[in-house]
This record gives sequence, C-alpha cells and structure tokens, in this order.
Amino acid sequence: MTSVDTERALRLTVNGVPREATVPVRRLLSDALRHDLGLTGTHVGCEHGVCGACTVLVDGEPVRSCLVLAVQVDGAAVTTVEGLVRDDGRGGQVLHPVQEAFRECHALQCGFCTPGFLVTIAAGLEGRDAAEEITEEEVDDLVGGNLCRCTGYANIKKAVRHAAATMRDAR
Amino acid sequence: MKPAPFRYADPRSVGEVLEVLAAEEGAKVLAGGQSLLPLLSMRLAAPAVLVDLNRVPGLDAVEVDGEGVRVGALVRHAGLLGDHDAARVQPLLARATANVAHPAIRNRGTTVGSIAHADPAGEMTSVLALTGGSVTVASPSGERAVGWRDLFVGPLETSLPGAAVVTSAFFPALPPRSGTAFAEVARRKGDYAVCGAGVVVTLDEDRRVAAVRASYMSVGLVPEVHDLTESVAGSPVEKADWAAAGALARTLVEPDGDLHASADYRRLLVGVLTERTLADAAAEAAAKVTGE
Repeated sequence: MTSVDTERALRLTVNGVPREATVPVRRLLSDALRHDLGLTGTHVGCEHGVCGACTVLVDGEPVRSCLVLAVQVDGAAVTTVEGLVRDDGRGGQVLHPVQEAFRECHALQCGFCTPGFLVTIAAGLEGRDAAEEITEEEVDDLVGGNLCRCTGYANIKKAVRHAAATMRDAR
Repeated sequence: MKPAPFRYADPRSVGEVLEVLAAEEGAKVLAGGQSLLPLLSMRLAAPAVLVDLNRVPGLDAVEVDGEGVRVGALVRHAGLLGDHDAARVQPLLARATANVAHPAIRNRGTTVGSIAHADPAGEMTSVLALTGGSVTVASPSGERAVGWRDLFVGPLETSLPGAAVVTSAFFPALPPRSGTAFAEVARRKGDYAVCGAGVVVTLDEDRRVAAVRASYMSVGLVPEVHDLTESVAGSPVEKADWAAAGALARTLVEPDGDLHASADYRRLLVGVLTERTLADAAAEAAAKVTGE
C-alpha cells in the first residue's frame, strides 16, 4: 500500500555534493535549499512562479524552485547559483562566464533577482551551439521569464551577449 | 505564503494512484504543479492529500500516428513543443505550447495537467477543444475516453469524479488542405493571455474556403469552438474577407471583464486576433493546396 506521509527523508545532489534532509512534505524546494540546506543564494521573490528569482536547475533544466515540492526532487541533481563557479584547475575557483559578464556589464543593482537570471542564462547558453552568434530573439527569450525591477534589462541583455561571446571564444 | 499542511503520496502505478484517491478524503492529483503550487501557496486551495503522478512509469510518451497525437500525463510542455512529429501531424500543439508561460515553467508543467486544471485562460484546454480532442480517464471502474465538451464544466472545474485521473490527452490530426495559427495578447511576454485565439482554416480543392473554426483563451467560462464558416464560405482564399469573420466572432463570444481587461476590450481583441490569425492560417492552407 502506498504510504501517505507528512514528512519525508530526502537524498539529493546539490551542486555536485550529496545532501540529506528530513522535511515536511509541504516544504517548497526553494525553502528546503535555503532553510534545510543553508544555501541562501537562491532568492524567493513572488513565491508563485511569476518573478523567476528562485530559478534553479533540476537535472540540468531551469525550473522555479517555489513551484516544486522538495519531496519531488528526491534523488535528483540540483544546481543553484552557488554551483555555477568552476574549478580553475589550480585548486581555486573562477566565476561562470555569465557571472563574469554580469560584473563586467553592470547587469545588477540590488541583486535580488540576479541568482535566477544567472542560472537561467547559464543553462540557456550551455544548451545552445556556442559557435552560432546569439540572436536578439534568443537574448529576449533567455531573460523574458525573470523580473528585474532595477536595471531595465538593457545591461542584463548586454551581459547575455557578452557571455555568449566569451563562451564562443572559449570553444 | 506557504502551502497549508497536507499529506503526500507518490504511488508507482495508476492503480495505486486510484487506490489513494479512493481511500483519502480531499485528495488532489499533482503532476507538473505549475498551476497547483501557486494555488496552494496563495491558500486558494488546501487539499488534504496530494497524490503525485511523477513517479508513475509509462505516462511520459508522445505517440504520433496518422490519426493524431496522444500525449501522456507526464509529458512536459517543453517536450511537446520540441516534438517535430507531433507538430507535423497537429501543428497547433507546438504553436500553442510556445505560448505557455516561460521556458522554466514549460520544463515542469504538463500539457495534460493544464487540461485537467481546466483554466479558461489556458492554451491547451482551448487547443483540445479546437482540434475536437478527448482525454483518457482512469477510475476504479476502468478506463474511458471523455470528449472535450463533456470534460469542461466551469473555470477550474471538470466533470471527473474524485477517484479519477487523466492519463493522456488525444489531439486529432489536422485535416487535409488546412492551415492553423495561434496568437495571444498579454501584458508581458509569458503572462496569461488577456485574450488568445487559435484557428483552423480548411479549403476545398479549388482553393475556396470550406471551413473556419476558432477557439479563444480568457474568453468565457469554458473553452468553446466557434464556427465562423458562414462569413467567408466559398470565397476564393485570396479574396476571403477575414474582417467579416472577425466581426462574426465578436458577436458570438461572451467575454467577462476583470482587473486585466474589460469585456469590451476582450471582444475587440477577439475580432482583431481572429482576422489576423485567419489570414495566416489561410495562407498556410493555400500553400498546401498549391503544392498538391
């Protein structure tokens, strides 16, 4: 008989690290990441799927972590903004090209929406053919699902083009 | 806000799903959750038990043949959008799913869940109606097909009894010599449409307009299909008066006003979107007849 629970023990891989937590079944993934696993890089904005601030990657695909229950990702691999940094091959870490581009292009002001933009754009750029020049339509699609109240998007779009160019050169 | 407390089950078969639904008072099926989770977080819904379909094997297939496209209950909008076979047999599927919210929502949200949610603002409810589709419903008494007219009762309300789950949706193939188009007007890209329209234009062998059907989003309480053929029937496709079809559509719909748009504005949009989409759909149909 299927068990009907109020609490569940979870095992998942977060940013490459196996993690465990016991959570109430109503715990949103966004809250599990922040409260249970201490990863506060994922920001919670509207909490009903409109703003995109809480976007994380589940098995490599961008999803709204406020619209997924933590119990639903038991066994999955989750990437948060903390997981975008890469090893530099000398024992240290370097920022993801999208993070570098945000800094370079001044693509953030208050920073609240930034984690959601970063993971969405990073997954989008990694999922496309880096050799192809990015089109304005692609840029609009990559930023269209996230709300930013500070920048007016111009610098965020500039950062997307900048990161795409960096990733093209780095092929 | 956070969802009110509930209990949770993630059964491994449709049979187990039905057992839990039958045994538990106030149980609700969870698939993609992209409509249900907001309702829970805003406390507009507070089911006692959530029965998660996501671990049931065999529900994630898109099956395509000459008759049409069958979409399993766990197929995500993004999966359907990227299915070229499905788009070839019924082009409205890709055209409509491209308008469903944002990529991050489409990665998680399911097409069948969107239909079972029965939101009159939803794209896929409207496409199910426009294509004359049906859903397959599993219940303790067995499986049966339910046509779209018998499925939708009101906003967010279907005719399905408590211990029932929609396991797939079937969208019939586009008829020969036909073209389709789909368009929305939304405040921001990816938002719920203030008004949306999907249309099918079918020509006869002499490139005259034989049939025109349209279905709208955010207009009326349940999805409806409007036959606009009489306004343009028999016209050569190049000379058809699509504005007349738009004018007819405006007289057939009964939109409501809300925070986002007045009823009059929605009625205006029905006319504009009808005229615009019919011209596109007709051009597509005409290209096929020429190519025959």
